[in-house]
Amino acid sequence: MGALQSQSDHHEYVDLAQKTGFSFEQIGVLHKRFKQLSHDEETLRRDHFNEIPDLACNPIRAQIIGAFFDRRNYRQNSEGTVEEIDFENFLVVMSHFRPPSLHLTEEQRDNVRREKLRFLFNMHDTDNDGTITLEEYRHVVEELLSRSGALGKETAKSIADAAMLEVASISMGHMEPDEFYEGITFEHFFKLLKGFEIESKMNIHFWNMDTSTLCK
Amino acid sequence: MPLRTGSAGFGRSLPERGLLLLVVLVVLEGFFLPHGAASSPDVSHQENLDNHREADVGHNFTKKAFPVLSLDYHHIQTPFEISLWVLLASLMKLGFHLIPRLSGIVPESCLLIVVGLLVGGLIKLAGEEVPPVLDSRLFFQCLLPPIILDAGYFLPIRPFMENLGTILMFAVVGTLWNAFFIGGLLYAVCQIQPANPSDLHQLELLPCLLFASIISAVDPVAVLAVFEEIHINELLHILVFGESLLNDAVTVVLYHLFEEYAGVGTVTVMDCFLGVISFLVVALGGVLVGAIYGILSAFTSRFTSHTRVIEPLFVFVYSYMAYLSAEMFHLSGIMALIACGAVMRPYVEANISHKSHTTIKYFLKMWSSVSETLIFIFLGVATVDGPHSWNWTFVTVTVILCLVARVMGVVGLTFVINKFRIVKLTTKDQFIIAYGGLRGAIAFSLGFLLKKEHFPMREMFLTAIITVIFFTVFVQGMTIKPLVELLAVKKKQEAKRSINEEIHTQFLDHLLTGIEDICGHYGHHHWKDKLNRFNKKYVKKCLIAGERSKEPQLIAFYHKMEMKQAIELVASGGGVKLPSAMPSTVSMQNIQPKKPPIAKSAERALPQLTRGREEEIRKILRSNLQRTRQRLRSYNRHTLVVDPYEDGFNELLIKKQKMIDLEKKIKEMNNYLTVPAAPPDSPTMCRARLAQTLKPTV
Repeated sequence: MGALQSQSDHHEYVDLAQKTGFSFEQIGVLHKRFKQLSHDEETLRRDHFNEIPDLACNPIRAQIIGAFFDRRNYRQNSEGTVEEIDFENFLVVMSHFRPPSLHLTEEQRDNVRREKLRFLFNMHDTDNDGTITLEEYRHVVEELLSRSGALGKETAKSIADAAMLEVASISMGHMEPDEFYEGITFEHFFKLLKGFEIESKMNIHFWNMDTSTLCK
Repeated sequence: MPLRTGSAGFGRSLPERGLLLLVVLVVLEGFFLPHGAASSPDVSHQENLDNHREADVGHNFTKKAFPVLSLDYHHIQTPFEISLWVLLASLMKLGFHLIPRLSGIVPESCLLIVVGLLVGGLIKLAGEEVPPVLDSRLFFQCLLPPIILDAGYFLPIRPFMENLGTILMFAVVGTLWNAFFIGGLLYAVCQIQPANPSDLHQLELLPCLLFASIISAVDPVAVLAVFEEIHINELLHILVFGESLLNDAVTVVLYHLFEEYAGVGTVTVMDCFLGVISFLVVALGGVLVGAIYGILSAFTSRFTSHTRVIEPLFVFVYSYMAYLSAEMFHLSGIMALIACGAVMRPYVEANISHKSHTTIKYFLKMWSSVSETLIFIFLGVATVDGPHSWNWTFVTVTVILCLVARVMGVVGLTFVINKFRIVKLTTKDQFIIAYGGLRGAIAFSLGFLLKKEHFPMREMFLTAIITVIFFTVFVQGMTIKPLVELLAVKKKQEAKRSINEEIHTQFLDHLLTGIEDICGHYGHHHWKDKLNRFNKKYVKKCLIAGERSKEPQLIAFYHKMEMKQAIELVASGGGVKLPSAMPSTVSMQNIQPKKPPIAKSAERALPQLTRGREEEIRKILRSNLQRTRQRLRSYNRHTLVVDPYEDGFNELLIKKQKMIDLEKKIKEMNNYLTVPAAPPDSPTMCRARLAQTLKPTV
C-alpha cells in the first residue's frame, strides 16, 4: 500500500479526494483495480466489465454495467451514455456507495439519501425521460426473476403491476377511474423508499481492500 | 357475593369483578385444599369445598362404608399444583391488561415478581412449606426452552447476520470483561475490609470469579420481557437481544471452569488455555448440534404432505431434542436451540401448510408467554423462601460494580467496533445498550445450582444475585421506557413490508454484490451471494418438497402478501374497498397504459357507451361481485384460508366457477373498463379480479 503513495500521483489524488470524498489509500487501491480491469489502458469499456467472471451470474449485470456508462451518474448534470469511462468518472460512480460519515445533520443525511436513491432511479429509468413507466418497472422485476424461467415471467408482470399500484396509491392517493398514472417520478420514488433507510444499506466497505485479495 | 378482596372499592364493571373473584378463589383453593386434606375432617367455611368435606366425615365410622365420594389429593398432587400455578400465571396476565394505565407504566415483569412475592408471602403466612419452585432442573428443562425456541424460530435473520460481528463482540468480550472486572474488584473489596474481621475475608478469588461470571451475563428472558414493551428500533433490539442469547456459551464455560477449580483453589495457564478451547467447542458444538437437528426437521417436513396434523409436533420435538442433546454434552443448549430454529425455519415454512404455520406460531407464543410469566412469579416466590444472608457491603458493591462494568464495557467495545462498522453506534445507542443489560432468572438458577459444601457463602451469593436482578428489572426496567422517550431514540418502524421494499431489497443485494465484484473485493455481500446460490442450488432441492423448491424469494413474498390481502378481503366482507393500508381510489386501470384501440376493435365491434350507461353497468357488476363474495364467505366461515398448496381446494374451484360465470356476463364490455387478468392458474385471489371487472381470458 505504501508503494502507491508516490509523489507524482499525490496532487492528482488530492483533486479526486476532494471531489469524491475517498481517502488517498482508497483511491490508490481503486486505481490499481481500474488498471487491472482495463489492462493498463486509460479507459474502461463495456467488454472489460464483461470479463469479470463473478459478475456473470448476477441477474442485473446489464443494468449495473450500464450505470457506469450513464452520464447522469457523473454528477455533471448531463445526460446520455458514453462508450468509455476514465478513472475519474469511475471513482465518481463508486463514490455513490461510500458510507455516510458519522455526524451528519438531518439535511445532510437527506442529501445523501437523495443521491443514492437518484442512482437507483437512474438505473431503473432506462430511457432517460425522468419517470419509471410500468414497462420499465416490469423489466426490472423480470431481470430480478430472470433465473426462474417461464415461471418468473408471468408472475413478474403481476408483481410489477402490484408494485406500481402501490406506488400510485401512496403518491396520488385519489385518482379518477379514467385518469392515468404516467410513471414514477423521482419525488414519488423518494417518498416511496423513505422508510427504507437507504443511506445505511447502500454501502460498501472500502476500508479493507488489500491489494493482495483483489480477485481476478 | 360479599368477598373481601384487597382491591375492593374500584368502580369496576361486573366482568372484571368476576375475574378478580375467580383469581382469589383459585389462590385460596390452592392453599387450603392440601391443608384441608392433611388435617382432620373439619367443617370449613370455603364455599366450594363442601362436598370434599362431606366425604371426610364418612371415614370416621368403624365399618367402612362404601366411599361414595372420597378425597385423594396425593394421587394427583403434582399435576394439580402445576396446573394451579399455570392458571394463576395466566389469570395474572389477563388481569394486568384489564387495569388500564398500569401496564403502561410498570413493565409486566415487575408486576409478576410482586405477585410472586405476595404469593410466597401468603404461603409462608399460612405456615406451609414453600415449594421449591425455581428448582434448577425445572427451570432449565421446562421453563427456559420454550422462550428460547420462540426467540430462535422468529429471529430476524437479516439484521442478526448483518450485525453478527458486533453482537459477538458484546457477547464474548463484553461478558468476559464483566466477569473478570467484577470478580477481581469484588475480591479486592472483600479483602480490604479493615475494621471488623467479617466472614467476607474467607471469600477466595475463585468463588468471587464464579459469582461474577454468574452475575455478568445479560439475561434473554428479562431483555425480551422489557424490550418487547418499549418498541425500540430493530438495530438496538437485535444487538441487546442477540448478545443475551450468545453469551450463554461464555457463561457455561466460565461457570464450569470456576466451579471445577474452586475446590482446588488455583487455575493454571493450561487450564485457561483449555478454557478457551472449551469455549470454542461449546459454542460451535452447540450451533452444530442445533443445525443438524434443524436440517433433520426440515427434511422430515418434506414428507408431511399427507399428515398435516402432526407437522407442528416435528418442529417442537426436534427443537427440544436439540436442546437436550446439547445439554447432554454440556454444550450451549441455548445456542443449539437458536441454531435449530433459525436453520429449519425457511425450509419448514415452505413445506408446511398455512394452518400448521399458524399453529406453530401460536403454540410457541403461548408457551413462551406462560413460561415467562411463571419464571417471574417463581422469582418472587423463591425470594420469599430462599435462605438469605444479607451483607450490606457485598450486595451494594456488587450492584455498583455491575453497573460500572457494563457501562465501561459497552463504551470501550463500541469504540473498537465503530472502526469496523458502516453504520456507527451513537452515544444514545450505547446508552440504551448499556442500560438494557438486564439480569434475570438464569443467573438465579445458576446460583441455586451451587453446592453448599464447596461454596459456604452460597446464601450470600443468592441474596446478592436476587438484589441485582430486582434492581435491574425494577429500576432499569421501569425507567427505560421514559428514558427512551426522553432521549428520542428511534422507535420500531410500524410500516408493513411492501412489495416495493422487497423488490428493492433484492435489487440492492444484487447491486452491491456486483459493485463488490467490480471493485475486486471479496466482501460481505459476495459471500452472502455465494451462500444464497449454494442454498438455492443444492439445499433447497433436498429439503423443500415439490415445486416450491424452485420458487425465488420474491415470488414467495408476493404470494404471501397476496394471501394475506385475500384473507383480509374475505374477513372484512362486503365492501368493494381495496384491502390496502391507505384508503385510495387508485386501481389497476389507472396504471395500465391505454392501448391503441385499433388492434382490439377488430376482435369485437364495441359501441361507445355513454358515461351514464357505464356507471350503471359498473354498479350492476359490483353488486354481483358483492353477492358472490358473500356466498363465498359462507363457505369460508370455518376454513378461513385455502392453502393453495393443499390438495383438494374445493372452495377455490367453486370461486373459480363463479368467476367464469361473471366473465360471461361482461363479455361485451368496453375496452377501458377492463384490466389484464392474472394468469388462470394463479393460486391466489387476485385483488384486481375481485374488486374490478374482468377481461375475458380467452
